[in-house]
Amino acid sequence: MSGRRLGMAASCLASLALVLVAVHVAGAQEPAVAGPRAYGSFPWIGSRTAVWIAAEVHLMFAAFVLGVPMFAVVAEGIGIFGGDERYDRLSKEFTRLLLIAYSATAMWGAVLVFFLTTLYPRFWAHMTEIFEVSMWIYVGLFFIESFTLYLYYYGWDRWKKGRAKIGHWTLGILLNVWGTAVLFIADSWLTYMMSPPANVGPDTSPAMVQFWSAFANATWMPINIHRLIANVVFGGSVVAAYAGYRFLSARTDQERAHYDWMGYVGNFIAIGALIVLPFAGYYLGREIYEYNQQMGITMMGGFMSWLWIIQAFLIGVLFLAGNYYLWVGMGRIPGAERFLPYTKWMLLVLIIGVIVWSTPHTMIADRAELEAMGGSHHPFLGVLGVMSAKNTAVNLMILTTFLSFLLYRRANRRPVVSWARTGTILQAGLFVIAAVVVLFYGVYGYFVSAIVRIGFSVYQVLAVLATIVGVVALDVAMLRGSESRGEIRWGQMPPRSQYALFVLVVTFTWLMGLMGFARSGIRQHWHVWEVMRDTSEWAATPALGYAAQVISVCVIIFLGLIAFIFWLGGLVEKPQLVPERGEH
Amino acid sequence: MKPLRHPFWQAVAILVIAYLLIAYGIPHLPQLVGMESAPVPGSVVLQYMVTVLVGVLIWVSDSDERWNRFLEPVRATMVDGDKRWLRLGLLIALPLLVGLLAFRQVRQTVAAPPSLRSIHPAPPSSITFRGRPLNLAGLDNPLRADGSVAEDYEEGKRVYYQNCLPCHGDGLDGRGHFAHGFTPAPLPFNDSGTIPQLTESFVFWRIAKGGPGLPKEGAPWNSAMPVWEDILTEEEIWAVIVFLYEQTGATPRTWAEAGEGGE
Repeated sequence: MSGRRLGMAASCLASLALVLVAVHVAGAQEPAVAGPRAYGSFPWIGSRTAVWIAAEVHLMFAAFVLGVPMFAVVAEGIGIFGGDERYDRLSKEFTRLLLIAYSATAMWGAVLVFFLTTLYPRFWAHMTEIFEVSMWIYVGLFFIESFTLYLYYYGWDRWKKGRAKIGHWTLGILLNVWGTAVLFIADSWLTYMMSPPANVGPDTSPAMVQFWSAFANATWMPINIHRLIANVVFGGSVVAAYAGYRFLSARTDQERAHYDWMGYVGNFIAIGALIVLPFAGYYLGREIYEYNQQMGITMMGGFMSWLWIIQAFLIGVLFLAGNYYLWVGMGRIPGAERFLPYTKWMLLVLIIGVIVWSTPHTMIADRAELEAMGGSHHPFLGVLGVMSAKNTAVNLMILTTFLSFLLYRRANRRPVVSWARTGTILQAGLFVIAAVVVLFYGVYGYFVSAIVRIGFSVYQVLAVLATIVGVVALDVAMLRGSESRGEIRWGQMPPRSQYALFVLVVTFTWLMGLMGFARSGIRQHWHVWEVMRDTSEWAATPALGYAAQVISVCVIIFLGLIAFIFWLGGLVEKPQLVPERGEH
Repeated sequence: MKPLRHPFWQAVAILVIAYLLIAYGIPHLPQLVGMESAPVPGSVVLQYMVTVLVGVLIWVSDSDERWNRFLEPVRATMVDGDKRWLRLGLLIALPLLVGLLAFRQVRQTVAAPPSLRSIHPAPPSSITFRGRPLNLAGLDNPLRADGSVAEDYEEGKRVYYQNCLPCHGDGLDGRGHFAHGFTPAPLPFNDSGTIPQLTESFVFWRIAKGGPGLPKEGAPWNSAMPVWEDILTEEEIWAVIVFLYEQTGATPRTWAEAGEGGE
C-alpha cells in the first residue's frame, strides 16, 4: 500500500470517528438528563477502569500527536534557515508517522466519549451542559487540524522551494496552533473537575455555571503549561526511541549514521525540555495547594505521597539515561577524551541526587524497624525527606545535566576568540555560583519557617535558569568561528547506548500515567470536586498497587500500538537519507 | 593492589562499601559526632542499593574500553576451561541465592507486614466541634489574638501535664511512660518535622478528633490518640497548642497569602 493510500485511509477513519463523536456529543444530553440512570456498568473490569484505560491511552496518543508536530516544525525551521536538508527529511519522516497516530488518537477519543456517555451519563450530562460550546469548537478544531496535517504532509514535496517552503512551514506552525488550542480546551474540562469555581456547589444547576469561570478555572493554565512542555519531552523521547529502533535494525552505515544522529536530536530535545519541566510542575502543585489545601496535602503528604517517591526515582532514571547516552556518545567525538575524566564526578552528583530526592519522609518499615526508629521518621535520614533537600537535589541534577550537554557541545570544538579562556572561567564561575546558591538556600531552609522556605525554591530555580542562560550565551559567542577537532563519527555508537533511549520513552510514558493518576485521584470520591459526588460502586480511590497495574497495562497498550505504527511507517516508504553535511 | 585497578573489582568494591555505609554507617557514624540515628529500614536499603547499582552499571559501560575490561572476568568465568569449578559453583550458588531471597520474601512470619502510612493526613476544610461547625481553612489560634500568651501557656501546660504527658513525655519528645506500648510511637513535638510543619488549625483538628477522626483515604490508621473534644473544651485545646509551640520554641506554619503555595 502506498503512503498516499494509507494516509487517505487513515484520514477517512479519523473523520468517521470524529463525526460519530460529534453526533454523539451533541445528542448525549437529552437521554442522559431525562433518564433516571446515573451509571452504566462495564463487564469484567468495571466502568471506572474501562474509562481509565480509554482516557489514558487517548491522552498518550494525544501527547504524541501534539509533541511531535512541535518537534517537526522546529526541525523543518532548522532545515530552512540552517540550510541542512537532513532536518527537513527528519521532519517529514515524523509527520508521516503522525498521520497514522492521528487516527489512533481519534479512535481512542471516540472510545472515551462513548464510555463516558454510556457508563457515566449523569456526570457527562453535567459536563456537556456547561461545556457544550467548547465541545463544538473542539470538534471543529480537530477537523481543521487534521486537514492542516494532510496539507502539511502531502504538500511537502510540492512546496519545497523559496516562498512556497516558508508557506509550508507556516502550515506546520498552524498545525501546532490548532493542536495547542485543542489541548487547552480539553484541559479546561479536566481541570474544572478538580478545581471548579468557588461559587459552584452541589446545588448549583449546570445551566447557572458561568462558562468562562468554569473554563479558565484555577488549575487550567498551570496544567496547560505543564502539558505543553511535557508534550515536547514526550515527542522528543518517542523520536529518540524510533531512532534507536531503526539504528539497531539498520543494515548500512549510512542508515546507522542517520538514525544515530536522529537519536541524538530526540534525546537533546527530550532532556532539554525535561530540565524546565520540574519548574512547571512546581507551579501546578502550588496552584493546587492555593485552590484547596486539603487536596494539596492529599497529593504531597497524604496517601498519594508515595507516588512522588516513585516519580523521583523515575525522573532520576530519566536524568541518568539521558546523561548516559551523552557520555557514551562522546566516544564518537574527536576531542571528547579530555572531558571523560569528569563524567564519573557528574555521575556521583546524579546518584547522590537520586538518593536524596527519592528518600521518603515516612518510610516503609516493619514493626521492629519502626520501634528502632522511634516512629516512621528516620532520625538521621529524615532531613532528606523534606522539600529543602529535594529541591536542592533536583536543581543540582539539572545543573549537572546541563554541564553534560555543554561538554558534549564543546567536545570537538576549539574556540578561536581571544577571550576563550576568560569565557570558560566565567562559565565555570556561573556554575559554582548557581551551585552555592542552591546549596545555601537548601541548608538555610531548615532554619526558617515553612512559609519562608517555600520562597527559597524560587531563588534556587532562578539561580539555575540564570546560569543556563548565561552559560549558553557565552558559549554561543565563544564558539563562533571555532575550529573543528574532527568530524563526529555518526553511526559509530555502541548498540547498548540505544537502550537508554528505550528506557527514556518507557519511563516517560509510565510517569505520565502515574502522575496523571495522582492529579486525578486527589479528587477522591468526587466527579467534580465538592460539586458532584461519585455515588457509583467505583467511588473509592483505587489502591496504589491496583493503579500501578492499570497504568502499566495502558503503557503496554500504547507502546505496542506505537511500535506497530513505527513498523507501518517503515513499510510504507524508506526515508530518503541525506548524506551528512558536517558535524553538529 | 592490582585487582582494585580493574573495573569489575572496582564495581564490586563500590557496591560492598555502599552497602556497609548504608546498612552500618548511617546507623552508627552520626552517633560518633553526637547526632541521633537509627537502623535504616530494609525498604530504604534496597532502594539505595538499586540506585548505587544503576550508577555502577552506568560507570562501567559509559566507555567501550572500560566496558570490555569489565566484561573480561565475566566472559572468562563463562568460557575458560580452568574456571570450570568456579562456573559450576556459581551455577549452584546463584540459583540458591535467588531462591533464598524469594523464600525470605514469601515466608510466613508473625510480624505485621510493613504498611504504607500517610504521615500528613489531609485535613477536612471544616469540622464540627461538639456539634458546632468550625471552618479550618484559614483558621488561626484565637487565643493569640485575645489573651496574653503567658496565661495561655500556663493553662496549656496544666492541660498537657494532666492529659498528654503519659504518651508524649515530659520533654515533649514522644517518650512518655506509656509510649513504649505504641507503634508507631507518639509524636515527638520537639522534632522539626512535626508541629513546625503544621498550622495550628491542623494541630487543633488532630487533637480534637484523635485517631478515630483520621480521614478514610489513608485507612487503616495506627493511632491511639483519643478524641479530645469529648474531654477538653475548645479553649483548653487552643491553650495546649500554645504550650506546645512555646515550649519547643517552634513557630506554627502560617497560612499562605495570596500568591503563595504550600509544600
